[in-house]
Amino acid sequence: MDLKEISNFITSSAKSLNIKKWDFGASFSNDFSVQVDKGIAKQLKASQKQVLTLRVWNKKNLVGITTTSDLSENGLKKALYQANLASDYGNKNELTDFSPLAKDPIKDIKQAKRSPAGIKKLLETLRFAESELLKKHSAIKTIPYNGLSESFYKRIYANSEGAQRSYAKSQAAIYLYARAEENNRKPRSSGSVKIGYGLEDIDINSCIDEAAEKTISHLNYSAIETGKYKVCFSPESFLTLMNAFSSIFNARSIIDGVSISNKDSIGEMIANPLLNVFDDGLHEKNISSAPFDGEGTPTQKLCLINNGILENFIHSESTARIFKTKPTGHAGLGSKVSVSTDWIVVERSEKVLSNDNDLNHKDYLGKYIYVEELNAIHAGVKASQGSFSLPFDGWLYEGGKRTSIEAATVAGDFKTLLKEIINIEKKQHLTTSGISPHIWVKELSITGDA
Amino acid sequence: MVLTSYINKGIDFDEENKQLLEEIISHGLSLGADFVEIFLENTDNISVLVEDDFITSVSPSFGKGAGIRIFKDTRDGFVSTNDLSRKGLISSISQAIEMLDINATTIRRFEGLENIRNYSSNKNAWLESIPTINEIGEKLLSSTKYLKKEEKVNVRKGSYARNWQKVIIASSDGTFAKDIRLHQTVGLNVIALDKQYRSSGSRRFGSSDSPNEFKNWDHEEAANEVLDSSMNMLYADYVDACQKPVVLANKFGGVIFHEACGHLLETTQIERGTTPFANKLNKKIAHEAVTAVDEGISSGSFGSLSVDDEGMEPEKSVLIKDGILKKFISDRAGEMRTGHKRTGSGRRQNYSFAAASRMRNTFIAKGDYSKDELISSISDGLYCKSMGGGSVGATGQFNFAVEEGYLIKNGKLTKPVKGATLIGEATEVMPKISMCGNDLELAPGFCGSISGSVNVTVGQPHIKVDSITIGGR
Repeated sequence: MDLKEISNFITSSAKSLNIKKWDFGASFSNDFSVQVDKGIAKQLKASQKQVLTLRVWNKKNLVGITTTSDLSENGLKKALYQANLASDYGNKNELTDFSPLAKDPIKDIKQAKRSPAGIKKLLETLRFAESELLKKHSAIKTIPYNGLSESFYKRIYANSEGAQRSYAKSQAAIYLYARAEENNRKPRSSGSVKIGYGLEDIDINSCIDEAAEKTISHLNYSAIETGKYKVCFSPESFLTLMNAFSSIFNARSIIDGVSISNKDSIGEMIANPLLNVFDDGLHEKNISSAPFDGEGTPTQKLCLINNGILENFIHSESTARIFKTKPTGHAGLGSKVSVSTDWIVVERSEKVLSNDNDLNHKDYLGKYIYVEELNAIHAGVKASQGSFSLPFDGWLYEGGKRTSIEAATVAGDFKTLLKEIINIEKKQHLTTSGISPHIWVKELSITGDA
Repeated sequence: MVLTSYINKGIDFDEENKQLLEEIISHGLSLGADFVEIFLENTDNISVLVEDDFITSVSPSFGKGAGIRIFKDTRDGFVSTNDLSRKGLISSISQAIEMLDINATTIRRFEGLENIRNYSSNKNAWLESIPTINEIGEKLLSSTKYLKKEEKVNVRKGSYARNWQKVIIASSDGTFAKDIRLHQTVGLNVIALDKQYRSSGSRRFGSSDSPNEFKNWDHEEAANEVLDSSMNMLYADYVDACQKPVVLANKFGGVIFHEACGHLLETTQIERGTTPFANKLNKKIAHEAVTAVDEGISSGSFGSLSVDDEGMEPEKSVLIKDGILKKFISDRAGEMRTGHKRTGSGRRQNYSFAAASRMRNTFIAKGDYSKDELISSISDGLYCKSMGGGSVGATGQFNFAVEEGYLIKNGKLTKPVKGATLIGEATEVMPKISMCGNDLELAPGFCGSISGSVNVTVGQPHIKVDSITIGGR
């Protein structure tokens, strides 16, 4: 796979169609995955995949696009032709250009690139993990959702003004979701996910232990009363919520009118001053980090909330132009360029506030709900309205004792939640989707089954 | 560079490719596979987005790929690739064999492929007869212009997507079929705004194998539906959390049956041990008012197929008859591993997924009651006129957002309420569906599961659930 060869072919073919300006992004991947069922290999998968997205600019400076998995000469010619046709329908009201940063130096992320472990090794490892997890408790009868995968991929970006970027990565992931059931009780299920640059970087035993602990600990459950409760979000669940409402920082969403922020929201106090939030795609712990975005803009660390104040939006080239700023390295590549966060890092600021600040989930003796994991995000979040109503796995704590909650939902408004944060614990925890401490919220509506 | 891999003569989607496919299948069997299946796909898609009064995105895409699956006993290996050259396909099947660690001790006999079943013969002109970008743009622009009639509507969007797919399916039991599939969807979305009040409304319409369907789409009727929904909900209060009887509207209300019960009747769930219905065949699992069907044969319905992705013609499967479980939804692997006969339900999003047992057009059959009779039977409850998305956990618990809800007081619809979520478990809720209306209607949707996102329809008449947990504020 050679970036220059594809660029050269597109350059010569574009000339024959009188296309002077173009860019493309492409990815090439080899993926391998295994699943097991009580020691037996269930499905072993391998895939070789390539996809290229090509943009061209016509004489009126309107953009057309085509995406294809056919990287033969004929396929690339057809992609150019189709993109050229599509440019007749380019958005006249929001012109797009190359990122002004597409040739800026990118950071060498110096991450380990592993060699394939191979299907047999993956299978052997997953069989071991399943077997060990089944041994952890007699109530764990099956591990219905499990998988171990490794992926090797390369991403490239180039444009007709000479920008050329590429990087290659490896990544492996394991997930184990156990199902436990005791006599005359409802089944319970929970699990764990771990990722690394390669199989050798994944702590399989901690994945087994975590899946077992989470599943077993919820076996002795009770229904809870519906009502308003003080709530402590686990780092995972708070990041889930933060990502679900990331349109609050998203310039594309703001322009489109689907964000609860607006163009003048920068500088607004939107959260408790204890809250700092960054987007840090290049964080050393981010296994999935990418040195540049879909438009070739270098990835960067950006402060989103500083002492509770909304500090920055994330941008593509076109939204940055509208906001009279620079792109931030959060763009995709498309006919209408999407914008998204990379890796959210939440921290407690230096601000000292109310007397609730010492709340700690390890020693607080009062009554509260601990939200361990939020579910059904796609169904229960209305990002454009700022509201959520989500089922969760969690605990009722009272007097230092905890009881697993049978089934419940937590509901509220995201902006209110940010303002009603009453403590952010000091210790940050690494998760698969970012970093966050435990976050305490004054009160949220909980619907229980009691 | 990848360009070189196309030097070898490979698959040509305008040809039958019989000799090449037989060669690849024979190669897999010669290496010890019990069964070999090849799924070839050629796609040509486009999506168009109109925002307010402008076309803001036109996104064409096309591609080719192959999914090769082999079985040894009940184990299977699956390899997908974009390399459709002879060399690429041979290499993929060898990789699948290697993954399963097969030794060629016994070699299965292969009688060759049967004469091709060509389901595409009258579909070759579809790509030429579907609407042009100009026609699509004009109709979407008319739709968003119509949405302007309500001044509180702040965001207006219209979207169209066309997925054209040519497939060839060949396997070592002689199966040899080709088909062309065409799916078109069009959606309208609005956000209404007034001071601190916000609401949204959306509807999606879809068809399969009907090139002219979009041209016939009544965009004004659709826009009125979306506007009514968003305006009715703009000033709605949040619903109180409670347990109450509910009436679920017809059409997309069927999403609850699809998610909460339908998935549990797929053989993949039996294989995983995650369905409470595994041993309930011919036993009562629902109220006797409930008869439920999954089929792939209704003309033009979004989940219909001429042939499934494993080369089998779809059947009409009565899943539940008068509350008694009668059948599971099964694919080839499901039949092999659970014993339940295939139902023409082996489906996948594209070549990069192995087929799995998936629903098609799934609905609760109509009953005898009118909608008014259902509502008037409730003194204190909730009418769920429009459902949002939902999900089902590994233990069978489901939850669904209610997009448009109204309180029922003394048998009458009263004020609109927002923020409601329906929570329950299929085993508990199915026996509580006590009344089914006489107004069955279907609605298109996309279902995401083990083999990717596939087109389906959900449906039901109005139904009454005697009691369900309603999440709220």
